[in-house]
Amino acid sequence: MPVPSPFHPRTADLCTSLAWKSWAGIFAVEHFGTCHEREYYALRHTAAMIDVTPLYKIDLTGPDAAKLLARVTSRDITKLDVGRCTYLCWCDDDGMLLDDGTVTRLDDEHFRLTAAEPYFHWFESHARGVDVELSDTSARIASLAVQGPRSREVVAAALEPEFQSALRTLPFFGALAARVRGFDCVVTRTGYTGDLGYELWTANEFALELWDAVDLAGFAHGLLPAGLSALDVSRVEAGFILAGVDYTSARDAAIPAQKSSPYEVGLGWTVELDREDFIGRSGLAKSRSNPHRRATVGLVLDWNELERLFEAEGLPPELPSTAWRGGVPVYSASGQVGRATSGVWSPTLKQNLAIGMVGRSHAKVGTKLEMEVLVEYQRLRISATVSKRPFFDPPRKRFTPKNSPSSSHSSPSGELV
Amino acid sequence: MKQSASKSYDAIIVGGGHNGLVCAAYLARAGRKVLVLEKRHLVGGAAVSEEIFPGFTYSVCSYVVSLLRPWIIRDLNLVEHGYQTIPLECSFSPYPDGRSLCRWSDADETRREISRFSTRDAEIYGTYGATMARLAAFAKPIIDSPAPQPASLDPRELLQLFRLGKNLRDLPADLLEQELGLMTMSAVDFLDAWFESDQLKAPMACSGIIGTFQGVRSPGTAYVLLHHYMGEIDGAFRSWGFARGGTGGVSNAIASSAQAFGAEIRTSAGVDRMLVANGKCGGVVLDSGEEIRARTVISGVDPRLTFMGLVGSEHLPDEFVKELTRFRYRGSSGKVNLALDRLPEFACRPGSSAHLRGDIAIAPSIDYLERAYDEAKYGKFSRRPYLNVVIPSLVDSTIAPPGKHVMSCFVQYAPYDLEGGAERWPEQREAFGDTVIDTLEEYIPDLREIILHRQVLTPWDLEQEFGLTEGNIFHGELSLEQLAFLRPVSGWAHYKTPINNLWMCASGTHPGGGIMGAPGALAAKAMLKSGAL
Repeated sequence: MPVPSPFHPRTADLCTSLAWKSWAGIFAVEHFGTCHEREYYALRHTAAMIDVTPLYKIDLTGPDAAKLLARVTSRDITKLDVGRCTYLCWCDDDGMLLDDGTVTRLDDEHFRLTAAEPYFHWFESHARGVDVELSDTSARIASLAVQGPRSREVVAAALEPEFQSALRTLPFFGALAARVRGFDCVVTRTGYTGDLGYELWTANEFALELWDAVDLAGFAHGLLPAGLSALDVSRVEAGFILAGVDYTSARDAAIPAQKSSPYEVGLGWTVELDREDFIGRSGLAKSRSNPHRRATVGLVLDWNELERLFEAEGLPPELPSTAWRGGVPVYSASGQVGRATSGVWSPTLKQNLAIGMVGRSHAKVGTKLEMEVLVEYQRLRISATVSKRPFFDPPRKRFTPKNSPSSSHSSPSGELV
Repeated sequence: MKQSASKSYDAIIVGGGHNGLVCAAYLARAGRKVLVLEKRHLVGGAAVSEEIFPGFTYSVCSYVVSLLRPWIIRDLNLVEHGYQTIPLECSFSPYPDGRSLCRWSDADETRREISRFSTRDAEIYGTYGATMARLAAFAKPIIDSPAPQPASLDPRELLQLFRLGKNLRDLPADLLEQELGLMTMSAVDFLDAWFESDQLKAPMACSGIIGTFQGVRSPGTAYVLLHHYMGEIDGAFRSWGFARGGTGGVSNAIASSAQAFGAEIRTSAGVDRMLVANGKCGGVVLDSGEEIRARTVISGVDPRLTFMGLVGSEHLPDEFVKELTRFRYRGSSGKVNLALDRLPEFACRPGSSAHLRGDIAIAPSIDYLERAYDEAKYGKFSRRPYLNVVIPSLVDSTIAPPGKHVMSCFVQYAPYDLEGGAERWPEQREAFGDTVIDTLEEYIPDLREIILHRQVLTPWDLEQEFGLTEGNIFHGELSLEQLAFLRPVSGWAHYKTPINNLWMCASGTHPGGGIMGAPGALAAKAMLKSGAL
């Protein structure tokens, strides 16, 4: 049985659908009401808050904390400024991808790492001869994502007044040590929706106060609590990969072919090779210089073809309303060249999208491939065009106002795309 | 001397244990006329369910299934004949300090349970399981085919050996290292390389010692850890289950299948000796004096009983006898079966029964287990033994009256060679039973009050009643030097014996013990292939 998150008393009251799932052994809402749609539209048009406590968290403190993170992860963390976050990944000794996550520099000697899977002892086991204190804070820190075009106003209003201006000018991937109703709360401008958004981190005991503060602040902005179904639609639109879905961690791979290098899953840009030795570096150097086997791509599926296939059966086209996960074959003229692992009909882009891994020679943007679809119990194919990720990338995601207007109706954050 | 001339059989199978029955079924399926002779009043051997106390069915000896080969289940239509399994949901271990650990099928929940003892172990536990499962997958072909004969020049043997060699060569480097460790290390040394918490390692190490006269720190015990990862139910590896109606349910299904194929089964028909003359076996003589002849005789009992008991060593080559004598049995376990008035409650987890629906290990620490072994080394049963307890009536309604329960306790160590001689066991039997109850009472304080009936089986009983030499539940220890082409005697690992027309088909042959059925099936196939039948 999963266990409740610190926000559970609030989410349980609101979750009238009783649609729960287990996320890392913690109860997580799939959708609060009958379906996820209004939660998704809140994410894209107003704001939504999502309990993301099940993320694994590791706090690293001490003079060598940056050094340890640089040794274990793909990035030279020593260069990360205080008050900044970065996205990165970490690999096994052969340079095969284990997991991806973020690192925030809270202080000169205090970092916080997030991970999809438990890796505390992986980091700890590499902390030999360095002056670092590691602490697995997964079960002690509650995390609340506030995402969407109005999230800036919502979060600002939830903070104590003296932090509101700093929040409004907090840049993309910035971090702010703030206070809410008298308790400490770290705010990072990060998220998994590919939109303007923040994640709020506080000690478990303040979780309900934080929820209430955000809820109250969000009332005027149309904030809704959202579940994982809405989040998953937005993460596919954002083109983000998910460990265990779009790639297999080298730790879980049953055969070598299931492992991937960061280059194969599209995380090559997070790998900083030209620096002091780090875990997996020589393997990564090989992966970079040798033509690697596969590449992760975005696919836009042809709607007209799909519609015609349904039409041939006398049916209107039908698509699942939620994002799908699985392993669907992807073909070129010569045969199967890969698989699609996530997909969704994007209500915002009005496009049928998928994320998949294909042979490297088929990964160029514009390449015409085919993906299998199931139409009235028949396995058929439709065209799938390799396209750039993110599929959905609104300017408001990165845009930060120079000063701190009390209202931002005229700023790009009010625009849809 | 009576003689039953009315019938002539292609094969007589001595012993109606599950392997004898599997062998009979395969031979009957191939159109051979087969007779199974069982000494007891019911078939199953050590895989048997009996209503010892009215209303309560005990799995008298073996108590869980997993290793029964899936291809045997399919070949013999066992499901049609009543074979049903119910999965064990978890593994529960209580500790004297009031804490406890339950390992569930839910990985996240297991991680949470383990992290109360060690967060490091919790993080790595899933990887350990995956690694063992991968290793077991490499080893699986070995238990599904006859043992390779490394000294043979037969091209078929060489091909088989080559395949296994290739299998091993294809192991990734990290797995090869683990594999070599498994072949040589003790269970504790092997687990030490993975885990730090005693509370986790102790119950895990137990699968390395079950049925052997070794301690968890004895080299070679790591291999048996892997043996337990080869189990599979419904294609899911590493899962164990209860057979509905007790483990006798497995034997009954096989017997029913064998009969449907035309095999004949006679119970209460103990074999006194085999008819051997001029190096050939021509039939058997029953305890009643009845003589039955057949083209071949197949032994479904263990090698010692077969050759020393039923054939007679005077008919055998010296070297063979010498090796047979060296083959180690050294039964180390007993069994206590209880009928309970109600569900027992563990003091450390009151008010719930979810954690009791799997197996329960009384193995609180490595030292506890090693100490239990120490006592056995010097001829005493462990004062505080390792117990593997199951309460199958929680998930199977057919074996106890409503609200009442059956509790099965596998007990180790109970050395066959008790101080003063094995024949002293009958006078020690109740004291041995008391030890088990005393041990359990430390975790279930009111256990004594709810016991309606108790059955105690010592290694001596296993030998006298079930024909298991020295009470060894595997027909000879499962240690590396007694496996594969060395089981039971090198050069004689392919079910043949030095006596013409006499074959072996039980756990004393490759691939060994457990309710696996592979020896019986592989023996039948070997006989049919060689033209012996």
